[in-house]
Amino acid sequence: MAAGAGEAVVGCFRSMLAAVGLRGQPGAVEVQGSTGGMPGKVGDEGGPAVSHDLNIEGISKYFGPVQALAGVTFTVKAGEFVTLLGPSGCGKTTLLRIIAGFERSDEGHVRLGERLLDDLPANRRPVNTVFQSYALFPHLSVYANIAFGLRARHFAAAEVDKRVEFGLGMLQLDGLAERYPHQLSGGQKQRVALARALVNEPEVLLLDEPMSALDAKLRAEVQIEMRRLQRKLGKTFILVTHDQDEAMTVSDRILVMNQGRIEQIGTSSEVYEKPRNRFVAEFLGAANLIPAELVGPRTVQTALGMLELRADPRWERGTLAIHPERIEARRTPPKSNGVRVRVKDAVYRGDHVELLVEPGPLRVQAVPGINFEIGERLWLELPAERLEVLLD
Amino acid sequence: MWYGHWVSRRRLLGRATSLIASGILWLLLFLVLPGVVLVVVAFMSRDADGQIVWSATTENFRRLLGFGILGWSADNGWIFLRSLWVAGVTTLVAVGLAYPTAFFIAASSPRLRYVWLSLVVVPMCTNLVVRTYAWELLLSPQLPPSMFAAWLGLIEPGRALYPNPGAVYVGLASTALPFAVLPLYTNVERLDWAIVEAAEDLYASRTRVFFQAILPQTLPGLSVAVILTFVPACGMFVITDRLGGSNFWLVGNLIQQQFGPSRDIPYGSAVCIVLIVLTLLGLYLYRRRGKAIELV
Repeated sequence: MAAGAGEAVVGCFRSMLAAVGLRGQPGAVEVQGSTGGMPGKVGDEGGPAVSHDLNIEGISKYFGPVQALAGVTFTVKAGEFVTLLGPSGCGKTTLLRIIAGFERSDEGHVRLGERLLDDLPANRRPVNTVFQSYALFPHLSVYANIAFGLRARHFAAAEVDKRVEFGLGMLQLDGLAERYPHQLSGGQKQRVALARALVNEPEVLLLDEPMSALDAKLRAEVQIEMRRLQRKLGKTFILVTHDQDEAMTVSDRILVMNQGRIEQIGTSSEVYEKPRNRFVAEFLGAANLIPAELVGPRTVQTALGMLELRADPRWERGTLAIHPERIEARRTPPKSNGVRVRVKDAVYRGDHVELLVEPGPLRVQAVPGINFEIGERLWLELPAERLEVLLD
Repeated sequence: MWYGHWVSRRRLLGRATSLIASGILWLLLFLVLPGVVLVVVAFMSRDADGQIVWSATTENFRRLLGFGILGWSADNGWIFLRSLWVAGVTTLVAVGLAYPTAFFIAASSPRLRYVWLSLVVVPMCTNLVVRTYAWELLLSPQLPPSMFAAWLGLIEPGRALYPNPGAVYVGLASTALPFAVLPLYTNVERLDWAIVEAAEDLYASRTRVFFQAILPQTLPGLSVAVILTFVPACGMFVITDRLGGSNFWLVGNLIQQQFGPSRDIPYGSAVCIVLIVLTLLGLYLYRRRGKAIELV
């Protein structure tokens, strides 16, 4: 459905900028008559009309000799909240920009349902973005900011008004319509940016680290709000972040990215509990990585001693992962997988006590209540069902 | 920095005065003093030798309004109007050329940027009179610009492209160009491109992207560029004198005439004051309107 049923279109300006080397490649010069058509309906009036899965098919992108994306493939189901999680420079923002239409991929395709988006410029894609800096128009009021996309598509004034009012209400911005961006707080700016994107009824909403400018307390609230909003609207949300807590709070599924590749795709608990490799295990929850060597059936030799596993690993030498909070500290020996250690340091953290022990290095989060003395000898149990066998 | 030791108001004032004294002295010597002299002299008259006669009169301003020995004439009015018009056209041409130039320079690689900026600024290092003679040479009959104009039938073959108003605009605009490019360039260089992308993301056509996302961001630079081209263009006389011919008089020529050949310093001072007052009034109105635009 032509959500971008806009008027005349890009191309020229982008080509001009490209000609002077300012940014990306020129978009296709395309002119389409104004249909004034309105895609979908406003939120709670019967739900979105048609939604499609977003298919990312083998996307590669090079910046000069640097490969930013190396053949990324995945599908985001309609109405799903997916997070692209990874350290800075992993390609997650580039991928988002390719989906938005600000960059062109060198290989691969972006498809919404059956419809190929590759050659559509940003202003003709049924996709809207919430920018990291919010990028509100400083010379326009909150109302005019939210109305921008609707007015650009020549919606009737009454329809613009209806949708903007809806957007203001949905994001608790009532009473701020006449304000200007410089008169708003960070949280308010962010809600305006969200409203400005959502009133256009995009099939996919892209969020580029939208919470990085908020303070920690507000961020936690906004994450919950974002999740609620997405459930209510039933829209496809794609969030980019480097914050694993944020990713786990909001997402249906997390894509862990590193060096232009997808390391793992899964629900929050899947990527946390069952990391595939060392990168995922370390990036999510800073798990302990234990090098191991297979010495017998379901038995490995490590620097901590012999450990039993649930199943045989596929390697001779490899790595085990266990989260600090999955290790049990005790004064009596456990039945199996017990490790005798000495406490090097114990830090009280309120909800847990963080122990640093040797041999190690091994980080342990023990329940508070037991008083651990520095230098004390302890037993640690590394339960076989909590020891994850990594692929590398 | 710690200011706590300036406990008393008097010491604070004393300290502040000592800090800004040199600046104040400079302004007193080179702005306030000449200004006062100008105002005083404007109300005097002169004798036959061109010496200032120290008796107060408003005759100079009456003359400026057109009341001369031979009755009323509109000449001065036309000179002022023509000056405004010429300065306006110059501004339009210079800023119009500078706007894309600024984008071009900002889009170049950092090393090329300095090359382009130098090329824009270098002409400013040469003397204005020399530059004006250079234009006379360039527009002389044997060179391509004149020959091309003649071929188009714009001028008679064998004639130069000056003196005429077009040559004046060329001279004025080329002089003003650096003053338009530099403020625009510094503005364009720190343009927030995320806002441009936001406009594209929100279905804006390319014209809408320009008028809603780019132009508003460049208004501060534009307003400085307009002031820096318009105000000096009002008072130019060398360029109009050489490239415009004797019929093409602007306020600058009128003033220069009084201080030069006519030796009527009091009348020249009066013209200066009127020009200054008009300029300040214009700037005041311009800034007041500007504030409404630059809400940001």
